[in-house]
Amino acid sequence: MSLLKYESQQREPLIDGNKDYHQVTEDIIRPIEMKPSTLWYIGFFISVSLLLFGVYSVYREVTYGIGQWNLNKTIGWGWDITNFVWWVGIGHAGTLISAILLLFRQGWRTGVNRAAEAMTIFAVMCAGQFPIWHMGRVWMAFFVLPYPNTRGPLWVNFNSPLLWDVFAVGTYFTVSLLFWYSGLIPDLATVRDRAKTKFRKFFYGVTAFGWTGSTKHWQRHESLSLVLAGLATPLVLSVHTIVSFDFATSVVPGWHTTIFPPYFVAGAIFSGFAMVQTLMIVVRKVLNLQDYITMGHIDAMNKVIVLTGSIVGCAYLTELFIAWYGQNPYEWYAFKENRANLFTPYGWSYWLMMFCNVVSPQLFWSRKLRRNITVTFFMSIIVNIGMWFERFVIIVSSVYRDFLPSAWSTYYSPSIWEVGFYLGTFGLFFTCFFIFAKYFPVIAVAEIKAVLKTSGENYKAKMTEMEKADSEKFYIEEVAHAH
Amino acid sequence: MAGGIKKFVVGSFDDEKVLFPAVKNVRKAGYKIHDVYTPFPVHGLDHAMGIRETSLHTAGFIFGITGTTTALTGIGWIFTRDWPLNFGGKPHFDLPAWIPITFELTVLFSAVGMVLTFCYLCNLAPFIKKHHFHPRATDDLFVMAIECTDKTNDAEVQAFLQNAGAQEVNVQEVETGWWIGTYDRTQKLYKEEKGY
Repeated sequence: MSLLKYESQQREPLIDGNKDYHQVTEDIIRPIEMKPSTLWYIGFFISVSLLLFGVYSVYREVTYGIGQWNLNKTIGWGWDITNFVWWVGIGHAGTLISAILLLFRQGWRTGVNRAAEAMTIFAVMCAGQFPIWHMGRVWMAFFVLPYPNTRGPLWVNFNSPLLWDVFAVGTYFTVSLLFWYSGLIPDLATVRDRAKTKFRKFFYGVTAFGWTGSTKHWQRHESLSLVLAGLATPLVLSVHTIVSFDFATSVVPGWHTTIFPPYFVAGAIFSGFAMVQTLMIVVRKVLNLQDYITMGHIDAMNKVIVLTGSIVGCAYLTELFIAWYGQNPYEWYAFKENRANLFTPYGWSYWLMMFCNVVSPQLFWSRKLRRNITVTFFMSIIVNIGMWFERFVIIVSSVYRDFLPSAWSTYYSPSIWEVGFYLGTFGLFFTCFFIFAKYFPVIAVAEIKAVLKTSGENYKAKMTEMEKADSEKFYIEEVAHAH
Repeated sequence: MAGGIKKFVVGSFDDEKVLFPAVKNVRKAGYKIHDVYTPFPVHGLDHAMGIRETSLHTAGFIFGITGTTTALTGIGWIFTRDWPLNFGGKPHFDLPAWIPITFELTVLFSAVGMVLTFCYLCNLAPFIKKHHFHPRATDDLFVMAIECTDKTNDAEVQAFLQNAGAQEVNVQEVETGWWIGTYDRTQKLYKEEKGY
């Protein structure tokens, strides 16, 4: 009788070191039970300061109006919507790791899925701020919801991609939150059952929802996770598809392209993985979790980065080609002059985007560089800058010169309050992440335990020995499923 | 049953390799396993215990189609009956443009409905207090609780569990309530399963 799902000995272990179930609990829960380090306080302080600056920027925008931003007649979206698309895109990696890799049975997701899902939720929270405050009269934000009202009733326009966005982002946030929290419940119960202080007993007692670990509950939990993963997979594709519809359904040169949905989804996963890398490289070091987020994990994520980066590069070239091949003078002008011409006002941003997203990730074809922490960290920052510029290029370089040369905009650069708002969402994101990393298990404890005996370093070594000693006996006892 | 007291013989195992034959032997001997508490989902344990498959996914499907119907009837009624708007002379019933929202609501209803159903079925909610047979059941032990009836000789059951490889065996008296849960309806007896 064997309980093991046999895993090839060629595969790198997912958990390094000599671990047993208790050790896994110890390693992952210990940071929650310790006082946070000075570094944590410094980081938290900086994040909260940024958040407060953002709050003040938004306060100015609400009090004095959208004029606080340097948007003009021609450029109505500017930094604000660039940031919205960027944050939503970042969120996508979390769902990809937790849902799509679950369906593909990728064992390495267990090390990073919890933190990546948390990142998704915080990124979507940040993203949501931008369209909401961009409304100007934010106290009427609830008008986007279709509810019977006394104004007619005046309904929302269900044919508008902007309304689709409301539903897509709203659903995405809700489903991600449910997926994350339902996975968190068993781990919170683990923290609860070893809690010593009054606060921890109370807090984790409440948040663990009375989880016991009953077999029937686990069976339902597994079923729930699988179905939620099945739902989240098309959902994550739909969200960035719908975000791309905000552009693609318009007739603006540079936006009016059918390639946008897959191009946006690939770009979203690309930037999301970069953000996961940025966070994970810091988290594994600070919380001492190198045994769980191994070089193998970083390598695997870098492979996703080089794949999605190449898809994005391919999309850039395709759209450039089609703009020429399509023989639409406006479309071609948008690409040739507004973007690709380095000597027009925004030409630099196009080439910066090309360099960051297409050229630099190609370094990751080298295994040595994929497994280099410093290179990975810098690359993750470069990719995030590049992906921000992608949205900036799409938005600003398309609209600043439209069909009427008399309406061409003067050079657009953001005001301090526009930048402040963006920095504020960084504050929100990292404040949430610092709280998460301090009070919640950043790695899915139960999921690690479930793969420990097939993918733990010590267990794999033991199995190799057994296989060498008597391969037939090994097969019957350990590989074949008898129950 | 609320307010009653039930007696359980509790055995803790530290290795799932020992647990599986133990589950089989306990059931074979005719004892009733109340539950096995594990720190992570042990694959195949539900089958070994004779628990039937969950139909939570069916609930998810039903919630999903409720969402689909809500979106389609809602938008359809609004755009064709309640307040038809003229968008450049295009048909009022413009189904393709409704697909994104219909899809989102399907997913939303299904996910929210399933999670709520899951919490309802497993009695999960904040501030719920349940009896925990062993605090390490969420850490590194597999804890088997066997329900005792008036006729059960618990010393015998304890010896049986010890024999089966349990590290720690004890008897616990638990106040019963709605939260303790039972598989009387879902768990098949070993005899029925094997057909003898």
